[in-house]
Amino acid sequence: MAVTITDNSNFDPVDGRAPLILGDDSFAGITQAVARPMEDPAPTALKVVFGIGLMLLGLLGVSLAYLIYKGTGIWGLNNPVGWGWAIVNFVFWVGIGHAGTLISAILFLFRQKWRTSINRAAEAMTIFAVMCALIFPGVHVGRVWVAYWLLPLPNQMAMWPNFRSPLLWDVFAVSIYGTVSILFWYTGLIPDLATMRDRSKGALAKKLYGLFALGWRGSNRHWQNYERAYLILAGLSTPLVLSVHTIVSFDFAVSQLPGWHTTIFPPYFVAGAIFSGFAMVLTLMIPVRSLFNLQHIITTRHLENTAKIILLTGSLVGYAYAMEFFIAWYGGNAYESYAFVNRMFGPYAWAYWTMVSCNVITPQIFWFKKARTNVYILFVASIFVNIGMWFERFVITVTSLHRDFLPSSWDYFHPTFWDVSTFLGSFGLFLVMFCLFLRFLPAVAIAEVKAVTPAADPHHHPHAENGDDGHDEGGH
Amino acid sequence: MAVIFPKWTNRVPMVLAAGMPVVTVALIFLIWYTWSPRYTDVGYQPEQPVPFSHALHAGNLGMDCRYCHNTVEQGPHAAIPPTSTCMNCHAQVQTESPRLETVRQSAETGEPIPWVRVHLLPDYAYFDHSVHLAAGVGCSSCHGRVDRMVEVRQAEPLSMRWCLDCHRDPEPNLRPHDQITNMDWDVANNDYNPSEDPHRTRDVNPPQHCSGCHR
Repeated sequence: MAVTITDNSNFDPVDGRAPLILGDDSFAGITQAVARPMEDPAPTALKVVFGIGLMLLGLLGVSLAYLIYKGTGIWGLNNPVGWGWAIVNFVFWVGIGHAGTLISAILFLFRQKWRTSINRAAEAMTIFAVMCALIFPGVHVGRVWVAYWLLPLPNQMAMWPNFRSPLLWDVFAVSIYGTVSILFWYTGLIPDLATMRDRSKGALAKKLYGLFALGWRGSNRHWQNYERAYLILAGLSTPLVLSVHTIVSFDFAVSQLPGWHTTIFPPYFVAGAIFSGFAMVLTLMIPVRSLFNLQHIITTRHLENTAKIILLTGSLVGYAYAMEFFIAWYGGNAYESYAFVNRMFGPYAWAYWTMVSCNVITPQIFWFKKARTNVYILFVASIFVNIGMWFERFVITVTSLHRDFLPSSWDYFHPTFWDVSTFLGSFGLFLVMFCLFLRFLPAVAIAEVKAVTPAADPHHHPHAENGDDGHDEGGH
Repeated sequence: MAVIFPKWTNRVPMVLAAGMPVVTVALIFLIWYTWSPRYTDVGYQPEQPVPFSHALHAGNLGMDCRYCHNTVEQGPHAAIPPTSTCMNCHAQVQTESPRLETVRQSAETGEPIPWVRVHLLPDYAYFDHSVHLAAGVGCSSCHGRVDRMVEVRQAEPLSMRWCLDCHRDPEPNLRPHDQITNMDWDVANNDYNPSEDPHRTRDVNPPQHCSGCHR
């Protein structure tokens, strides 16, 4: 099919929508386009990014080794600020992980067909982000070799985690989230792994893809079981999108500290997580689609829809910031009002206003269609949102802690070299994993994308001329 | 479709399904059993420099534990007796015994006998003998029937769970203060009720929080 539409972001509700997949939307063409990045020699840009990722991963290894050798004293933690960058980075990475499940599960249940082009990469991003996130609480415990004490395992010490602590709920929430995300991602990969098994030339590649394809032959029965499993996993994942960051917010909200102890935290954190996750999807997909010539599969419309979600969640986050201040004033608690005034005008005002300009002001440009459809603006805005969301966690964690109830113990948090190196190093882990993913697994869900093309929805009568798919009631 | 895997691989999922539960359960049991102080620590019986028999002294002769371990009621440690304590009797008794050669040498030179410690708690666990005795915990509750041991061996695991089992429910392990060193006291069958003991001035309330022992 040689339809040459280059911009599918314009659609008329009366005339019908422009197709989701542009250019060659034949089944063979889609498989070809997605498999090419794995079969052609790696582009130089990918090698450069992978190299940078490896160096940062090395930095992470050194930082963690020194941390385990020396202890958490190498970080800039001080007495009132007992939670520093490690917790900031943990919440930052877990938040990024939320877009993957939202795209793959919630948009699936809502029959949002545009999800198919980006869900695979977004889920991969989720899994790698959760891996990065898990490092930080894992090493923040100090004695890494007894980190398994976080889990309720029967032991000779008759020691048991404190079930009243949200930190324990967090262990469950994040580990369940990681497990279900991996299962969901893998289930969706099976038909595509079979495609790669059948396409690959090398004996080892055939064996490995074949092993993980679990003997998939694409029979009717296979598809039936697959669709059912996928639907069940989507159902299981949907509450997790909301629960994980709700529980992460409990780490703060359940404590008694002014600035943390607010009931708005769960919805505010979930909105923020989806906000940051979609920004990261843009940051990743914009270079990937141009590097691998996937602009006809990950189209302008996909980017525009992502931008719309960023606008929505960014405004929700802005509303939550405002409501925190309103309640701090309306609640009449002197400590809480002080905490919020201090946040805005105190020694961390620079961080607060960075957060507000990145998270509240930046996404407002997405009210304009020009901004939503221009890849350069989208990319720069997504970077700003990523920065802003890191600062949001920094502002919440550090400004609330640094001035507690006793003025004599007030202090200012200074990050050390090792704070910075561990954070940068976690990007190394993420980049390395993502580059390997792009090189060895189909970055787009081939089978699912085929399902949204006109060829997957055959009719007995010819297609209408106006771009509509020719539907009318009882036309099958 | 090309054949990638040989035919025997069809059996792999079945073998895994049948084998994995067995392997998992076996692994859990192995760790549960062999990593337990009940397996690794109980029965520790180092060779001592002098073949001193607790069975003879505390059992047959009926000497009180506190004759040698005299600080046990006042301090955190139950003292290992100095050689002079041995010589109180052995200056008169068994003066020629070759088994006591090391003791006599130690008494002459002043060099202590290098006894090997049997019951060793980790440094991060704070333990005080005197409070346990004051509460009415008998020697045999933790050290076993020392009066029947020729050479002392560790009778109990001394693990954190073992400590906590008693800290959470101390009553069955308490006895009257005059029965502390009684090796024959039957912990399981006795009609002693600590709350009705007129010699007790206050209830036993052992700590269960972390810093009770990890100070």
